[in-house]
Amino acid sequence: MKVVVDYDVCESNAICMGIAPEVFEVRDDDFLYLLDENPGEELRSKVEEAVRRCPKQAISIEED
Amino acid sequence: MSSDPIDLDRIVIVGASLAGLTAAATFRAQGWDGDLVVVEASATMPSDRPPLSKQVLAGTLEPAAAISALTDRIDGLDVDIRLDHRVAGAGFAADDLRLKFFNDHEITADGVVIATGSAARWPAGFLVETEDSTANEPKYRPRLAGVHVIRTLDDSLALKADLDSGPNRLVVIGAGFIGAEVAATARAAGVDVTMVEYAPLPLARVLGGMVGEFVADLHRDNGVDLRLGVGLDEIVEGAPGRVGAVTLTDGSRIDADVVVLGLGAAPELDWLGGSGLVVDNGVVCDETLWAGPGVVAAGDVASWVNTLFGERMRVEHWENAIEQGEAAAKRLLAAGEGSDGEPFASVPWFWSDQYDCKIQMAGRPAADDEIVLIDGDPADRRFAVAFRRGDRCTGVFAANRPRIAVVARMRMAESLDWSHVVP
Ligand SMILES: Cc1cc2nc3c(=O)[nH]c(=O)nc-3n(C[C@H](O)[C@H](O)[C@H](O)COP(=O)(O)OP(=O)(O)OC[C@H]3O[C@@H](n4cnc5c(N)ncnc54)[C@H](O)[C@@H]3O)c2cc1C
Ligand code: SF4
Repeated sequence: MKVVVDYDVCESNAICMGIAPEVFEVRDDDFLYLLDENPGEELRSKVEEAVRRCPKQAISIEED
Repeated sequence: MSSDPIDLDRIVIVGASLAGLTAAATFRAQGWDGDLVVVEASATMPSDRPPLSKQVLAGTLEPAAAISALTDRIDGLDVDIRLDHRVAGAGFAADDLRLKFFNDHEITADGVVIATGSAARWPAGFLVETEDSTANEPKYRPRLAGVHVIRTLDDSLALKADLDSGPNRLVVIGAGFIGAEVAATARAAGVDVTMVEYAPLPLARVLGGMVGEFVADLHRDNGVDLRLGVGLDEIVEGAPGRVGAVTLTDGSRIDADVVVLGLGAAPELDWLGGSGLVVDNGVVCDETLWAGPGVVAAGDVASWVNTLFGERMRVEHWENAIEQGEAAAKRLLAAGEGSDGEPFASVPWFWSDQYDCKIQMAGRPAADDEIVLIDGDPADRRFAVAFRRGDRCTGVFAANRPRIAVVARMRMAESLDWSHVVP
């Protein structure tokens, strides 16, 4: 599974970080960083939850 | 404790918005393959609501995109959505759940999800019946054109049309979050704006002094004529059938060709009278979102006991509708297995965009909680405050500090202990 963020629409509100801090981090500079672009299957349900709760629909999952 | 399993062949969801469609997607994601019906009052598909006072109103998001932001949640799933089906009444007895429509048609269900949300408030007497209103199905419209609320896509587009026509002045009544967003969007479009708030400061009822002063300054600095401590007296006709001015409780009069009423929202509960459910500022649920045998509720309409706060609450936030839609669907499926489910405990979270300011709030602060600055400086429009009540942190408010807000929220989910949230 590959996590893709559309940075053009992401507004750095950090909701995804609250759900899956292993994958998403909004740093002090207010930008979102992907800590792990290819997270393991054990994180799938958390990443899917982040997809559902991102207010900007900026996150998607690509299967490899 | 557990109960007899409910045989779930058909589930009906009332309300095809964020909570309802999230519940629908959850039933399918959990592998439940019964008959799934969603009944919705609106004749057209609802949209995602947050953009209605922001991007849709500003013209930077197409209406179709606001609709798909909602409907993508059930894309490709087997869900029978019935638009133009306003539920008029309900009878919920154990093993006999019925929903009644205005044409007296009825449907039955083995499980029901109540997700009827809330509707914008109008001042008493301002709505009049429309020509196609019937005793059976009453319909209303505002007495004067140019006066708006914002709850639906149509509301937002109607206001946008009025703002695009180059009005002399927009008056916003109520400096709550939605009113404040409308004011900000209209200012960005170059419209002159007066915002009227009955309380001495914006958001004073929920958030208290420092935050209210910050929001007041934000709007004044962006050219809003802010009138605090005065209320709406009357909406006055100008050209026939159209608003021309408002008068305020201090006797002043403001000429206005567009008026937006940001008077808050009320939960949609009328249809539940006599249903057998307890209704009191929301559908009264237990801590698992269970409202009665076979019936759960989610989103703006649900009042439940949040065990994290040890408090009954009803939350009108976007993310809450998603979280509760999921939790309520799982609760109903648990009943199908004879289980009593799990409590839904959460830290409510809300955002609002005003000018260049991203506002976020986590928790459930009260206006008389102590406010402690935990980061930055309001003068820089980049700061965060925490709300303290005794040994507890009840909430965090942040402007342009998303990281601080989310970290505090994560800690609050573990414990509300002040020293844990604000180390
Ligand atoms: C303009 C605006 C901006 C917002 N901005 C933000 C924001 O920035 N951040 C944030 O956190 N939240 C925001 N919100 C709040 C958020 O949109 C709501 O909390 C969310 O929409 C609640 O979803 P819901 O599904 O519970 O209810 P609703 O969205 O209210 O949907 C309820 C649905 O039920 C239908 N219905 C009602 N009665 C009946 C009936 N008797 N029979 C059949 N159907 C019925 C309605 O037609 C509606 O489609 C905003 C809301 C608005 C209006
Ligand atoms: S939740 Fe969405 S908008 Fe918010 S930071 Fe994550 S990707 Fe960006």
